[in-house]
Amino acid sequence: MPKIKLPRSSPSIDMTPMVDLAFLLVTFFMLTTKFRPEEAVTVTIPASVSTTKLPDNVITVSIDSGGRVFYDMESKDVRMELFKDMAGRYKVTISTEDEQRFSICGAFGQPMANMVKYVEAGEADRKPMNQASGGIPIDSAKGDELADWVNLSILADATIQANKIAAGQKDAKRAAFAIKADKNAKYKVVKQVIDICQKQGVSHFELITTVSSRPKT
Amino acid sequence: MADVDSGGGSGGGHGKHQKKRAKKLSTKLDMTPMVDLGFLLLTFFMLTTTFNKPKVIGLTPPVKDTSHVKVDTTSLTVILSGNNKVYYYQGLLAESSDKNNINITDFSAKGIRQVILGKNVFVSDLIKDAKAKHDAGKISDSIYDRVKDSAEGKKKALFVIIKTDSVAKYVNVVSMLDEMDICNVGKYSLIDATKGEIDMIRDYNQKNNIK
Repeated sequence: MPKIKLPRSSPSIDMTPMVDLAFLLVTFFMLTTKFRPEEAVTVTIPASVSTTKLPDNVITVSIDSGGRVFYDMESKDVRMELFKDMAGRYKVTISTEDEQRFSICGAFGQPMANMVKYVEAGEADRKPMNQASGGIPIDSAKGDELADWVNLSILADATIQANKIAAGQKDAKRAAFAIKADKNAKYKVVKQVIDICQKQGVSHFELITTVSSRPKT
Repeated sequence: MADVDSGGGSGGGHGKHQKKRAKKLSTKLDMTPMVDLGFLLLTFFMLTTTFNKPKVIGLTPPVKDTSHVKVDTTSLTVILSGNNKVYYYQGLLAESSDKNNINITDFSAKGIRQVILGKNVFVSDLIKDAKAKHDAGKISDSIYDRVKDSAEGKKKALFVIIKTDSVAKYVNVVSMLDEMDICNVGKYSLIDATKGEIDMIRDYNQKNNIK
C-alpha cells in the first residue's frame, strides 16, 4: 500500500494582512483621538434617563460641589478672539503667545487679574492655582466677571461663525451653553449662573448628565 | 577587518588569496518589533478613545416674568428642599396653617414618581396603546414621540410647578426634571419657592417633628 503523503504546509503563515489591518486601525485611532488637557475641576455629574447628545460647539460652565465656577469652550479660534477682547475690557496687556496658550488651556476658573499668570504657568503649576482659586467671580458685589466672559464669548463666537459662513463652511453653528454642575452643588449657585447667562441673552441650557436606565412605569 | 585570527574557526578565511566575497544579506527583514509596537499603539489608542459624548437634558428656564405660571386646582406644586426631601401640594396653597395641604415624600421609585403618575392618568391613558406598540417595536420612536407630545400638551394634562428653596441641591433639580420625562409630563416650570410656601413647610416640619 502506498503511503498517503500529507501535503507539507509551511509552519509560518503570512501575517502581512493582519499587520496591515493593525496599522490601519492605529492610524484611525490616532487621528480620531482628541487629547484633552487635564480637568481643571472635579465635577461628579448627576444621572438622568435622557438620551439627547451634547451638541458640537459648546461653551461649558462647570460648577463644583463648593460652588466654584469654571469656564471652558472648544473652539480655538473663538478662545483666541475672546481672550483678546477680555484683556481689552479689563485693560490687561497680553501677547500673541498668551492668546495661543489660552486657546489650549482647557477649563479655567481664575479672576481676570490672575489670568495672564495662569496661562503663562506650565501645566504642573496650573494645578495648585486651580485648587487655590475661588473660581470665576459671579458675585455682582465683587465684580461679576462671568457676565463679561459670557457676553464676549457670544460676540466672539458670532464673529468667528460669521467668518466661517463667509468662507463657505457649512458646519458653522452658534455655540450652545452647557452646564456641568456637581451633584452636590447648591441649586442656588446654578440658578445664579443661569440668571447671569440669561441676562446676556442665553435662553437655552444643556444640563450635562450621565446615563442611567429608564425605569418602567 | 575586524577578523581576529582565531586559528581554524569554521567561519574564518583559510586561504589568504581567496577573493573576498560580499556577505549575502537576507532580503527579509525581521518585522516583529515593528508589529509589536504597532499593536501596542493600537491597544493604547483603543483604550483611551471614548466615542460616546455625554448626554444632556435641555432646559429653557422662564424669563423673569412668571405670569405664565397659572396655578389652578389641577396643577401640582413640588418644592425641593435640603436632605433630598420633596414637599408637594395640589392646587393652591392653603391660606392658613391649620388647613396646611403640604405632603412630604422622597426621590425613591415609590416616592414622588407615584404621586405624579397618579395625577397624570389622563396622559398615560391617552398614550397607553402607542406605548405598548412602541415597546413591542411596532412603531418608530418619532411616531411615539409625536403621540406623546400631543397628549402632554393637552389642556387636561398635568402641569407641574417645580420650586426650589435656598438649600436644594442641583442633583434634586436634575432628578425632578428626569421624573418629568419618566412620568410623561410635558408642561412644567422651574421657579423659586415663595415665602408663604417656605413658612408652610416650616410649619409642617414642626407639626410632624421632621428635622
